[in-house]
Amino acid sequence: MSNEKTQTAGATRKVTIKAFRFNAETDYLPYYKTYEMEVGKDELILDLLNRIKWEHDGSFSYRRSCRHGICGACGIKVNGKPVLSCKQNAHELIDLFGDELVFEPQSQKRAVKDMIVDKGDFWSKHAAVKPYVETEVDPHPTSETLMSPEQVENFLDADYCIQCGSCHYACPVIEVNEDYLGPAAFAAAYRFTVDPRDEAGRERLETTAELGSGVWDCVKCYECAEACPKGVNPIEKITKLHNLQFEEKVAERNVATKHAEGFVRSIKKFGYLDEQDIVLYSEGLGVVKHLSEALKMIKAGKVHPFDFAKKKMPRSKNLEEIQKLIEISKTNEL
Amino acid sequence: MSKLKYALYTGCTARESTPELLSSTLAVAEKLGIELVLLDEASCCGASHLQDFDEFLSLVLNARNICYAEQLGLPMVTICNTCQLNTVMTKERLDNDPEMRARVNEKLAEVGLEYKGTSSVRHFLYALIDDYGLENIREKVVKPLSHFNIAPFYGCHNIRPSHIHYKHNAAALPPEGEYHIGEGGGENLEHEQPLMSKYTGENPYAPDSLERLIEALEGKSVDYESKNKCCGFHVDLQAPKTSNALTGTALSDAIDNGADVVVTPCPLCQLNMDLKQESAGKQLGREIEVPVLHLPQMIALALGCTLEEIGLKHNVTKATGLYA
Repeated sequence: MSNEKTQTAGATRKVTIKAFRFNAETDYLPYYKTYEMEVGKDELILDLLNRIKWEHDGSFSYRRSCRHGICGACGIKVNGKPVLSCKQNAHELIDLFGDELVFEPQSQKRAVKDMIVDKGDFWSKHAAVKPYVETEVDPHPTSETLMSPEQVENFLDADYCIQCGSCHYACPVIEVNEDYLGPAAFAAAYRFTVDPRDEAGRERLETTAELGSGVWDCVKCYECAEACPKGVNPIEKITKLHNLQFEEKVAERNVATKHAEGFVRSIKKFGYLDEQDIVLYSEGLGVVKHLSEALKMIKAGKVHPFDFAKKKMPRSKNLEEIQKLIEISKTNEL
Repeated sequence: MSKLKYALYTGCTARESTPELLSSTLAVAEKLGIELVLLDEASCCGASHLQDFDEFLSLVLNARNICYAEQLGLPMVTICNTCQLNTVMTKERLDNDPEMRARVNEKLAEVGLEYKGTSSVRHFLYALIDDYGLENIREKVVKPLSHFNIAPFYGCHNIRPSHIHYKHNAAALPPEGEYHIGEGGGENLEHEQPLMSKYTGENPYAPDSLERLIEALEGKSVDYESKNKCCGFHVDLQAPKTSNALTGTALSDAIDNGADVVVTPCPLCQLNMDLKQESAGKQLGREIEVPVLHLPQMIALALGCTLEEIGLKHNVTKATGLYA
């Protein structure tokens, strides 16, 4: 066996792998198949995928290509954790999850065969944000296009994205809202928008500001930050896109932007967030749809609708400090 | 054990729509002999929404909150996941970015304050487990929760991003030099970031602190897939369909696995999951009804606090039956 040497060294651990099996052409439902193997301390998840195929079942299917963590082909989920198979040491996962490892495709809904998913949605959403520098290129330039180290720093970590789909299929909004562009597309949108050579920034900010498909539908669960095998930290880029919408005056007044800005309005008055006011202010007339829930809250003594003088509303001590800090620190307007 | 003392950052929700969270927290602390000093000067953490609008302002306001804990010379504890994350993200930034720290301190100086980075910031859940100790809590249980199947719901902002929570919430940090953690460090960060299991931190894909606490209170915890998923609270206004789908799926999962009650350390999860059962049920085409408790409410039940302190009358989905 391939790992005979490590076995004698006593560094192997016995693992039970439960692998998701499904062939969209012939199977009605997916099922799990169990494989047992001794795993050496240097083996990667990709090695285990290979061993299932080579030693147990030649029909087992998965994507692999570069084996260097750069092509983005071999992303799967192990015990729910998105991993790049060729980068993830198996023993580390045994430390995390115990000796039963469950191999599943990134998205079970989009499974084609075993670990292979149809990434069509990922690619079309990625393409929708123009993930490239758009500019008029002088075919006979007389000087280089210079970029300062600070300008590069600004998007360097976003540039590490290898389009593996780990964050996209970890995102719970992708599961329930088919219009949502997703964390990988947003990270790419940010990366090219702040590239000093690019001229499509405003267009990208408008695309990603759309309600329903854009950044305002992010639930802030941080699954993308946790999933990314390259340290792109997509949600941080989502926050930066939010900020850019206000800085570049792309933000229109709607329920989402008023909700964000409304926090300043409340904090200025009370130090605390006025939970009733933020809903009224953000929704405007749309507030009527919250009526049944408002009644439930009144009944449970959670809100006080007739407290017009806001006597029940808490106020931070030293409120004037907060007001002064807002005055001298605020950078954006809606 | 010498008396544990913390500065309590309540956040907004505990002083407004979930008064039961504050009363049960204070009651639990009283029963356990933990001293909590309320940070009445503190403001809203921005809940990630102020951060979307004006990042710098959010850093200044959160730094000010931490200053007041520092002035008392006390470690800060939070009782809201979102407060916890936004506060430690500010702390992480200011502790590692001297330029930003100087910019923030320049503003704070105008009101006579200075951020020093001397107070730790942790969720009350971990202060209870790591400082007070599960064994000591077990000894104080007067009403064991043995007749309840309890579904723990962790809430995103106390488990992800794990490297931040690992650093700030963990009691026993690895020796200096064995780790280096910073935000958005790209490739370098990746190689230096420790895997959670090496020390005592919470695994975001299989967290277990709430199960351990439930076990100490002699309750039975429900194992279900959604326990570490998102409840959808933060898009409740702009994308109610998404919010309802996530809340409904998580609650259905808990119910279908036998939960009598759901418990969460985050008041935003609690509010969403408690209040939205009818609308989430309508959207999913099924009945959803299960009481949702704040973490301190559950502990208060087991420690024999009064009905008034536990505040079950403020829970929207009827929960008073839990008090017997």
